[in-house]
Amino acid sequence: MPDSQDAPAADLPKARIATASLAGCFGCHMAILDIDERLIDLMALVEFDRSPLTDIKKFTKRCDIGIIEGGCCNEENVHVLQDFRENCDILIGLGQCAIMGGLPAMRNAIMHSDEPLRECLEEAYITGRYIRNKTHNIPNDPALPLLLDKVYACSEVVEMDYQIPGCAPTGDVIFETLSKLLTGKFRGFERETIKFD
Amino acid sequence: MTAGETAGAPASGYQDQVAQICDSYDNDPHRMLDILRDVQDRFRWIARETMQTVAEKTGLTQIAVEGVASFYAFLSLAPKGRITIRLCDDIVDQFAGLPEVTESFEKALGIGIGETTSDGGFSLEYTPCIGMCDQAPAAMINDVIVTNLTPEKTRALVAALKSGKRPEDLISPDFDDLTPHQRAVTMVENNIRHAGAVLLGPAAPDAGLKNALDLTPSRIIKELEDSGLRGCGGAGFPTGRKWRFAAETEAERRFVICNADEGEPGTFKDRVLLTERPHLLIEGMTIAARAVGAREGLLYLRGEYIYLRDLLEEVLADRRARGLLGDGIMGVDGFDFDIRLQLGAGAYICGEEGALISSCEGLPGEPKTRPPFPVTRGYLGFPTVVNNVETLCHAARILDRGSKWFFDMGTEGSHGTKLFSVSGDCLNPGIYELPYGLSLKELLEMAGGEDAAAVLVGGPSGAMIARDTFDRKLTFDDLATGGAITVFSKDRNVLEIVEYYMSFFVHESCGYCTPCRVGNVLLQKAVAKFREGLANPEDIAYLKDLSGTIIETSRCGLGMTSPNPILSTLENFPLVYSAMAKPSKDRIRDTFDIQSAIDGARKLAKRRSYVFDRDFSQ
Ligand SMILES: Cc1cc2nc3c(=O)[nH]c(=O)nc-3n(C[C@H](O)[C@H](O)[C@H](O)COP(=O)(O)O)c2cc1C
Ligand code: SF4
Ligand code: SF4
Ligand code: FES
Repeated sequence: MPDSQDAPAADLPKARIATASLAGCFGCHMAILDIDERLIDLMALVEFDRSPLTDIKKFTKRCDIGIIEGGCCNEENVHVLQDFRENCDILIGLGQCAIMGGLPAMRNAIMHSDEPLRECLEEAYITGRYIRNKTHNIPNDPALPLLLDKVYACSEVVEMDYQIPGCAPTGDVIFETLSKLLTGKFRGFERETIKFD
Repeated sequence: MTAGETAGAPASGYQDQVAQICDSYDNDPHRMLDILRDVQDRFRWIARETMQTVAEKTGLTQIAVEGVASFYAFLSLAPKGRITIRLCDDIVDQFAGLPEVTESFEKALGIGIGETTSDGGFSLEYTPCIGMCDQAPAAMINDVIVTNLTPEKTRALVAALKSGKRPEDLISPDFDDLTPHQRAVTMVENNIRHAGAVLLGPAAPDAGLKNALDLTPSRIIKELEDSGLRGCGGAGFPTGRKWRFAAETEAERRFVICNADEGEPGTFKDRVLLTERPHLLIEGMTIAARAVGAREGLLYLRGEYIYLRDLLEEVLADRRARGLLGDGIMGVDGFDFDIRLQLGAGAYICGEEGALISSCEGLPGEPKTRPPFPVTRGYLGFPTVVNNVETLCHAARILDRGSKWFFDMGTEGSHGTKLFSVSGDCLNPGIYELPYGLSLKELLEMAGGEDAAAVLVGGPSGAMIARDTFDRKLTFDDLATGGAITVFSKDRNVLEIVEYYMSFFVHESCGYCTPCRVGNVLLQKAVAKFREGLANPEDIAYLKDLSGTIIETSRCGLGMTSPNPILSTLENFPLVYSAMAKPSKDRIRDTFDIQSAIDGARKLAKRRSYVFDRDFSQ
């Protein structure tokens, strides 16, 4: 690997990376781990700041790259995303949820209703056929962030710099893209690596 | 089953009535559209049970019948009122007072758009342009047209209908005593503002046909080729060449079809020709039949023009009686040709020639994959010439006066005259027959529309032109148009116009190609974002990108032109878009409004946001 063309050069200063999972399933973060042993090569180039991988909850310094999994379904997602935009030079949307809203955005399909959010929650917690919810209430703990009217793609909330498609993107694509970005060699994706049929 | 459906369930004995209808068309599945139109007329909807009978009689599956029944806007799978009122909701009508007219219909009838009164008396609907743009707002009341609507007129109409009058009685107390032509011109004004030398001026009856009979078919086609005549339906294909292709294809049968679907919003010239020059049109079709060797013809009349049916049937009957249609036309042995009138049922796409042929064949009006083109494989698989009404009228006049006479009018590449349908914000809306080559500005001056801020040339599938380029020429090579010139004053909102026409395409896409079916919805939503001030500067690139994809990947002309309202306004009215786009602040989108996004949840949860409500702690 070290002699491969795309391998990150070791003499650059280390880039700081932060990551966050918003309205996603954590699958994209798991996919980052699919880099497998190449993670060691990558770690020679980067250090992680705020991220579920480090369990650091707040930015410790300004970061070069922020990686976002998931779109925005609640106010906390918006808050985190805006915080990332303010604290990172480059923001990368990782996976279909970040790019388009993905699976959670299925609730956006409830359109012909005056109160789509209520309809969605009622079906999820009260009226749905397979629901066993003895309280018959929609959860409303004060600690729960308020939901948004619909699920937004990250690019609807802040400007995004790059998007890596896939659900989840493969470890190969993630590694390739990151290492090329870090070495200034990223020129877009090879069609073969991002087509899924 | 809903209450409405029970109320309208087919009366007992419906099977016999449906069977009778099918019998009257020899149980021919190719006549499915006629059969279903008659079922709709008889029962005011097409119930599942009736579809089953139709399927049995015609030997098709019920799902095939349903495929047709569900395709056309004028066929209904739920009971409709005895009187169905269809208001044209085109942007021209909206600017001419449609909102007030709608409101007064709704009040007078006690129902909203898309609803039927509980007694089954009335249905109220919106429909796209019905070809009365020069006398908007306009509506169809069953088979009758009413124009220049106002709230007062509306109230009087509904009161009369409620008192038991027929829609026909609204037109004239002596409606039944009028000739079909009198009925048509009492309902609808022609508004001929300028008659040119070819179509609307004086012409000797059937002189072209007489001359054609002295020529060989190949010579007839040569005349047309030399005249420079190009199709007037929008695409501008050289007519002589089209006829020659059809004539040269080996086949047992050939067909001539007149495209009188006139669906492009803002176009109403064919309406006037059908009313005032029906003989010229049939003469043109007969000449085409002679030239290509067709014995059978179809005149496809859009459902909205059903008020012209009796007039056209009378003309056909008269010509049969005078030996101008039927066997041995004008005494020429072996020259046999007759025409069947085919009514459409409210689908813009049926103006596309492949879809039109599908529709004539009794299928859902979906375009066909090309090639093969209709001239080689058209109606029922036989070579078919499809021409616009105006084209065929021109052809008859060319055979009368000669190709040189026609060729000398107009300009290089665009010969002869053209009918322009002018409507919108101008003093004299109506029909102008003028030689090709005049500028848009000159036409606007004639029509009293010189103050226009924007003009849609060629309808929504054409281009929106701004003041600074009004000196462009109306020719095939500069501003090509099927004839629609829709004028908008400076008080009109360009984005509102664009959004309306995108919704038109969303409504009228046949749904076969995903880029057209889905892409136009996305385009409409993106334009709506601009109107609401929620668009980012990058959305301009998104509009262009998506438009390009739709144009490139659509199967027929609808998808290939549907992004034009957007593309032409992006080009000619760029400020309209850039002024509405909101740049981000510190790379955080100013177009995302967290307060409105959490408002619903705030009310549901009955608490405030601990992140975004400043006074959360209070
Ligand atoms: C979506 C669509 C709608 C059309 N509508 C009409 C129409 O209403 N009338 C018409 O004559 N041609 C219409 N056309 C053009 C026809 O496909 C065809 O080109 C025309 O009828 C040929 O006749 P012409 O050569 O005499 O113009 C339409 C085309 C498309 C793609
Ligand atoms: S893109 Fe797929 S893997 Fe990634 S968060 Fe969404 S659902 Fe999970
Ligand atoms: S482009 Fe649109 S209207 Fe034409 S065939 Fe495809 S879906 Fe139908
Ligand atoms: S009839 Fe309303 S715009 Fe044509």
